[in-house]
Amino acid sequence: MTLLIVQALNGAQLGMLLFLIAAGLTLVFGVMNFVNLAHGVQYMIGAYLGVSFALLTGSFWAGLVLASLTAGAFGLLLEWLIFRHLYKRGELDQVLATFGVILSLNEGTRLIWGSNPLELPMPDLLSGSFQLVEGLRYPVYRVAVMAAGLLVALALALVVNRTRIGMLIRAGASNGPMVSALGVDIMRLFRVVFGVGAMMAGFAGVLAAPLVSVEPGMGENLLILAFVVIVIGGVGSIRGAFVAAVIVGLVDTLGRSLITDAAQAALSGPASARVGPAVASMLIYLVMAAVLAVKPAGLFAART
Amino acid sequence: MSALLRVENLHKRFGALVVTDGVSLDVMPGRIHAVIGPNGAGKTTLIHQIFGTLAPDAGVIRLDGRDITRLAPHRRAQAGLARSFQITSVLPEFSALENVALAVQARAGSSFRFFRAARGQAGLNAPAMAVLERVGLRARAGMVAGSLSHGEKRQLELAMALAAKPRVMLLDEPLAGAGPEETARLVTLLGSLRDACAIVLVEHDMDAVFQLADEITVLAQGRVIAHGTPGAIREDAAVRTAYLGEDF
Repeated sequence: MTLLIVQALNGAQLGMLLFLIAAGLTLVFGVMNFVNLAHGVQYMIGAYLGVSFALLTGSFWAGLVLASLTAGAFGLLLEWLIFRHLYKRGELDQVLATFGVILSLNEGTRLIWGSNPLELPMPDLLSGSFQLVEGLRYPVYRVAVMAAGLLVALALALVVNRTRIGMLIRAGASNGPMVSALGVDIMRLFRVVFGVGAMMAGFAGVLAAPLVSVEPGMGENLLILAFVVIVIGGVGSIRGAFVAAVIVGLVDTLGRSLITDAAQAALSGPASARVGPAVASMLIYLVMAAVLAVKPAGLFAART
Repeated sequence: MSALLRVENLHKRFGALVVTDGVSLDVMPGRIHAVIGPNGAGKTTLIHQIFGTLAPDAGVIRLDGRDITRLAPHRRAQAGLARSFQITSVLPEFSALENVALAVQARAGSSFRFFRAARGQAGLNAPAMAVLERVGLRARAGMVAGSLSHGEKRQLELAMALAAKPRVMLLDEPLAGAGPEETARLVTLLGSLRDACAIVLVEHDMDAVFQLADEITVLAQGRVIAHGTPGAIREDAAVRTAYLGEDF
């Protein structure tokens, strides 16, 4: 039971990280029809920059702020250098080109920071643990990550649902050509969205850095999960991204522990150790298939 | 009186297929200028080029004397061009009022004052309400656009185009898919818009076209084969040949 609680908390925390990554991805996909595989790279860049800036300034917090801002600026630079030439091309070109960006940047990080995994120490303020229930302690930092994700989600929801630019973004995600016909410079709107998306993914990278090892290619696993999130949630929908991120985080984390245990209990011999993880890693795709069977456009479709 | 919108010798081809072949037309202020022609005559392609979603190979488009041939669509919108879409394309999850307020906001040019509250602003909502009133949708202001009837969606779309206070409105089949009653209501509405702006009307419903148009340009295979008043077009031999067999 206590294990279940811990896994549920870990799942929710993974969900928050996924949301930070998926929110930008879903808007970019929704507004521009642009498939950006390199979005996961922003997460990696954020983590690396977080490590370097924290070392440089001697403060996790300064590292967090500087790395998020720099990651956002770096995203805008990539957009200007490469991505803007891809919007009018087909999905295949977009996928190939952005995959090329992943390979180059993974290699680039290796050149700058080396192949060995780096670590970012937790800030002292959040490094302890607290008693969850009798006999179970849970790290404060993981709770802080969840809280940060929730706060960003809340701020984003306020901007998207209550402000002028939010209204334009929602409108752009559901019908871009029409918004441009109203006289809105959709490219400029898009750059704002892209920069904020890149910044949030970078922010997620710094938040995750103390929990994972910072290494080249760390963005790709989360990128695939983020795509599953936006497909389940509905392309272009922030609310969909939030709900789906929590679902995917929970299903993935809980599934891995429950199914692995169940398989080990049900089967015996060497097979049992393999069956569990194999089935568990399929779970989120099964959830995606089930959602798509019922709602082909995702839970909260923004497109018409 | 000089033309408000002037299209001069426009050419466009897709590979070997010539879709616009030296098309010229003048749209006068306060007039409804219909563009008709058999399927594949290049009407929608022409609208796309006028609005800027498609670039012509050659030719000039002027709005009130200003060359807009190379402007991006949103710049043309700011210059006073508005368009409706062939598909009903209101933003379905927004209310009718929000849809129009969005258009008012885009016109106001303040769309990048980022974090202003979008709702409850008299500055946006009052003009939006006035436009809804004008197209007869005042009673539907609070309804979500997706739940409006087909005809009401077309009215809402006209309201969004009007909210930008355009000088010329490009309407691509505004009556498509409307039932007889809805058509009658929309025709009356379109006729009443003359004093708001000039209209370029692409429409298949010939009854409506002859009822509404002040001038008609007839396209066939990308070329202008006739131009004149509805009366003159009705009698034109070339037009009859182009529409041979069609109810005209």
